[in-house]
Amino acid sequence: MTRLIVKRLLVSLVVLWLVTLLVYVATLLLPGDPARAILGQQATPERIAALQHQLHLDEPVWQRYLTWLGGLFTGDLGTSTSTQGPVTALLADRVSASLVLLVLAAVIATPLGLALGTWSAMRRGRATDQAVSGISLVIAALPEFVIGVALIVLFATTVFKALPSVTLSPPGEPVWRQPGQLVLPVATLVLVVTPYITRMMRATMNEVLDSGYVEMARLKGIRERTVLVRHALPHAVGPVAQVVALQLAWLAGGVVVVEFLFRYPGIGQALIDAVGKRDVAVVQAVTLLIAAVYIVVNLLADVIGILADPRVRTEALR
Amino acid sequence: MTDPVLEVTGLAVHTTAGRAVLRDVSYAIAAGEVLALVGESGSGKTTAGLAALGHFRRGLVCAGGTVTLRPRTGEPVDLLSLGTAAQRRLRGSAVSYIPQDPALSLNPALRIGLQIAEVLRTHGYPGSVEDRVAEVLAEVGLPADERYRRRYPHQLSGGQQQRVGIAMAFACRPSVVVLDEPTTGLDVMTQALVLETVRTLTAEHGVAALYITHDLAVVAQLADRVAVMYQGDLVECGPADRVLRTPEHAYTKRLLAAVPDLSARPAPAPPPDDAVLAARGIHVAYGRQKVLRGVDLALTRGECVLLLGESGSGKTTLSQCIAGLNRNFTGTVALEGTPLASATRQRSTDERRRIQYVFQSPFSSLNPRKTIAQSIEVPLVRLTALSRTQRRERVAEMLDRVRLRSDLADRLPDQLSGGERQRAAIARALVTTPDVLVCDEVTSALDVSVQAAIVDLLGELRRELGMAMVFVTHNIALAPEVADRIAVLRGGEIVEEGPVETVLSAPSHSYTRELLDTTPRL
Amino acid sequence: MTAVEEEATVPAAAAATPRAAGLIRTAWAFPQAKVGTALTAIVVLVAVLGPWLGPVLTGHSTTDFAGKPFKPDGLTGTDGLGRDVLTRFLAGGSTLLLYAVLATALGLVLGAAIGMIAGYRGGWLDAVLMRGNDVLLSFPQLVIALLAIAVIGPQGWLLVLVIGLTHAPRTARVARQATVAVRGQDYIRAAEMYAVPRSQILLREILPNITGPLMVEVGLRLTYSIGYLASLSFLGLGIQPPAADWGLMINENRIALVVQPWGVLLPVVAIALLAVGTNLVADSLASAAAGRTRKVRS
Repeated sequence: MTRLIVKRLLVSLVVLWLVTLLVYVATLLLPGDPARAILGQQATPERIAALQHQLHLDEPVWQRYLTWLGGLFTGDLGTSTSTQGPVTALLADRVSASLVLLVLAAVIATPLGLALGTWSAMRRGRATDQAVSGISLVIAALPEFVIGVALIVLFATTVFKALPSVTLSPPGEPVWRQPGQLVLPVATLVLVVTPYITRMMRATMNEVLDSGYVEMARLKGIRERTVLVRHALPHAVGPVAQVVALQLAWLAGGVVVVEFLFRYPGIGQALIDAVGKRDVAVVQAVTLLIAAVYIVVNLLADVIGILADPRVRTEALR
Repeated sequence: MTDPVLEVTGLAVHTTAGRAVLRDVSYAIAAGEVLALVGESGSGKTTAGLAALGHFRRGLVCAGGTVTLRPRTGEPVDLLSLGTAAQRRLRGSAVSYIPQDPALSLNPALRIGLQIAEVLRTHGYPGSVEDRVAEVLAEVGLPADERYRRRYPHQLSGGQQQRVGIAMAFACRPSVVVLDEPTTGLDVMTQALVLETVRTLTAEHGVAALYITHDLAVVAQLADRVAVMYQGDLVECGPADRVLRTPEHAYTKRLLAAVPDLSARPAPAPPPDDAVLAARGIHVAYGRQKVLRGVDLALTRGECVLLLGESGSGKTTLSQCIAGLNRNFTGTVALEGTPLASATRQRSTDERRRIQYVFQSPFSSLNPRKTIAQSIEVPLVRLTALSRTQRRERVAEMLDRVRLRSDLADRLPDQLSGGERQRAAIARALVTTPDVLVCDEVTSALDVSVQAAIVDLLGELRRELGMAMVFVTHNIALAPEVADRIAVLRGGEIVEEGPVETVLSAPSHSYTRELLDTTPRL
Repeated sequence: MTAVEEEATVPAAAAATPRAAGLIRTAWAFPQAKVGTALTAIVVLVAVLGPWLGPVLTGHSTTDFAGKPFKPDGLTGTDGLGRDVLTRFLAGGSTLLLYAVLATALGLVLGAAIGMIAGYRGGWLDAVLMRGNDVLLSFPQLVIALLAIAVIGPQGWLLVLVIGLTHAPRTARVARQATVAVRGQDYIRAAEMYAVPRSQILLREILPNITGPLMVEVGLRLTYSIGYLASLSFLGLGIQPPAADWGLMINENRIALVVQPWGVLLPVVAIALLAVGTNLVADSLASAAAGRTRKVRS
């Protein structure tokens, strides 16, 4: 079992490394000379050469890549071309602000989705099951910003004017000082991922409840609640962990649109700004950060899957 | 007869869509008696068995009838009229169930000791649960120590898993046990062991047993009485002797006629000729696991060899090596003295044409998106230079040979029955008139009553076309019907080889003897 | 041993349904297929006919000055730049729809090809292709699109390319899984035995048997294409002003949500209906495909 986990860990590391390579190579495709782009068309060749040297542009590609990669390990994410300051300073507060959104959404959406899915599966075929599955199907199709706009229309402008539609905190103040401004962004993210978790949990539970061992447990005269808790639910852990992970990873991407919509000072907003200004160092940093979250969450899900399977766990005993 | 322990009257079951699955089924079983419920897949026998526990699978509803149970203590009750809580108290304690496939019915995430103890605890076993678990494991012939009880199902063999299932069913000393094809998927010797366990336990504890099966030979060994089901009706019911000797219903007669008979006289062997196919020193290993360890097999023109072995013996691997479907072997396969390349793609068109292969399951060997005619045409396109019209004619001729109606030619496989599909697969193998035909367990995916027809067809075609045949099977009872010689494969080695008559009457290897002893006969 | 009587053929009623159209026919029996098709059809009709219908109905083009900003002229008034909202709405779906269809087609063809080859060939090729897939799958699709736009800029062809390319690994995974399930079947072995060329095995033996999961992918990827394209336009990084586009309109008009709600509501509702419509169709196909495999297994 340990071998499996170590192997899975190594795969994640390789993938992470390939991701840094991909992000780096992508930015090489940038047309034109960055030094000239910064200094403008009128710059003298000497000044351009000086800046090229300062930006290490006169070194070979692989060497620049290694320097950049080395910088990642020491917490040096490069220099933002738009603020001229270090990227780390630009992102520091924003990372924690985004994490607040992600963690809140995950903490609400996961148990909600699992409970709704299980509840729905236990009522298979009845009206409540069909309602849950129909509604989740509809919401699952909607892009994040459509859900966000709908919430703004309902709760922040036309129908009820109860919640702020944009973030009110002045720059520098932690976002959680005014909890009201978190409600709509978090609600949007919850609505984005809960339907998937619900549908997957429902499908997994339906499959498990149809299995031979659940039928056998019922034929042994075991009470339905015990059947569910002891015989059915443990089998849903592995597959569902995967989906939950995928959804939480999805949140890392969905946060971009939601932060833009609610003008929320997180990394997503920073990414959009940077893309607009073609500030490559910031784009690289945020993309890598999101990919890293993605990879780590998926790794955790696979490890949970491995731990939940007694066939793998008892491998050594055979 | 004393009061039956289980009495089912007028049981009717419908699907939720209203289609009848069971119509007016009635039977009764007395204490210590085994009633065999016989029928093929789709006849409703499992539904009838589960109804004895008051359980109906999703999509099925009870449409009338009674299931009366007389527990060891207390008044008789009608299971179907009880509430769910009362039904639950009887399930697992007064009436228990042994499922077809223990690999699916034992919870893979729970230790086996716990799964047995669970039944006892649920029904409030008065004594020590631990002791009873040990006792019942010993009764089914399994080790009862702490370490064994802490195993997970996947750490046991198929036969051991099934005995855990039996232990679980007998743990609460029930008065009725329903056994749903409990030996399917087990090899002959393990089957004999499981049957012995069931017989002892039912007799010792005076349990009424409902034994669901499609295998009449097993019925003859085990059952006191037989009930035959056909398409949801109970068509015949009576003492085992009477039903097996003088069957009344046409379906029962058909079933009986289809059972292969070990004591039949084999056809005289053809005169010896030069070897048309010779496999020498075939070795196959996957990593450290050796599947074949130096197998020799030769075939003369027109001869049929029965390659006998249980699952895992390497018989399918060997037949695939011959057909060029498995390239990971060492040794040679020679056709009339010319060594063949290991992979079929490296063999010449003519070599490919001369060795043909029929797969085990016709449900998997025909492309579901191609018509029967299109599938049969493939070898003609690939292996001959015939024109389109000539190919059409050849396909039509072949369909006629395997006795498939010509209007089936343009059907897709899922519009055909299992037997018809296997005929089509045979037609595909024979359409280019091979010299050697390899048949890999061609009857094992088919219902009993169809198996006989396929075996007969193959025998006839072999005589007509004069080809040699390797008939791979796990069922020694087929030998006199099809083969001239038998080769017994065990653990990747041929342990015995010889003419059918000699091997059946005077087997030289202990394994063959044991096989012959444990194979159930009518 | 003799066979007394031959078993019955499957009744003619079952034989009447041709297999190729079977999946769509089965899917159509689900209510969500009909609702989904209706919703999709309405929005597609608006998007396709809109660019031509708009000027005829309102007398304005998408960019001309139709009146004072936020004036309730015409049916739905004007936006902040004084352009007619209804005209812009009617014209704003066609590009989105075209790009979504192109991106879906690109992703599906590429993904199916990669997945089928990886699944059929197996071995090192499979391992390499699937590890490459893992790398691409560790970015959210939108983030890869943003990375590409940051480097090259918001070009139409880039949007189609990057969304198509990021669909490919996802479709490839589905296609590979389906192919692996089919590859183990004996009819593939039979084709191997007759030395049928590998390209023909892929196209004639495997492809027809994995159309079920691939059709589900069409619906699903179309839903996502619509969502991503609309999201990118909404972020101001997709289709660029002054073009009329639903996603862009929401971005342009959301500040004035209270004064001019139509500028946001019309495109939001259209995008929602389109995405929900295609997703409902995808779900009906998935249910039909699942039902079919269940039937085969039993």
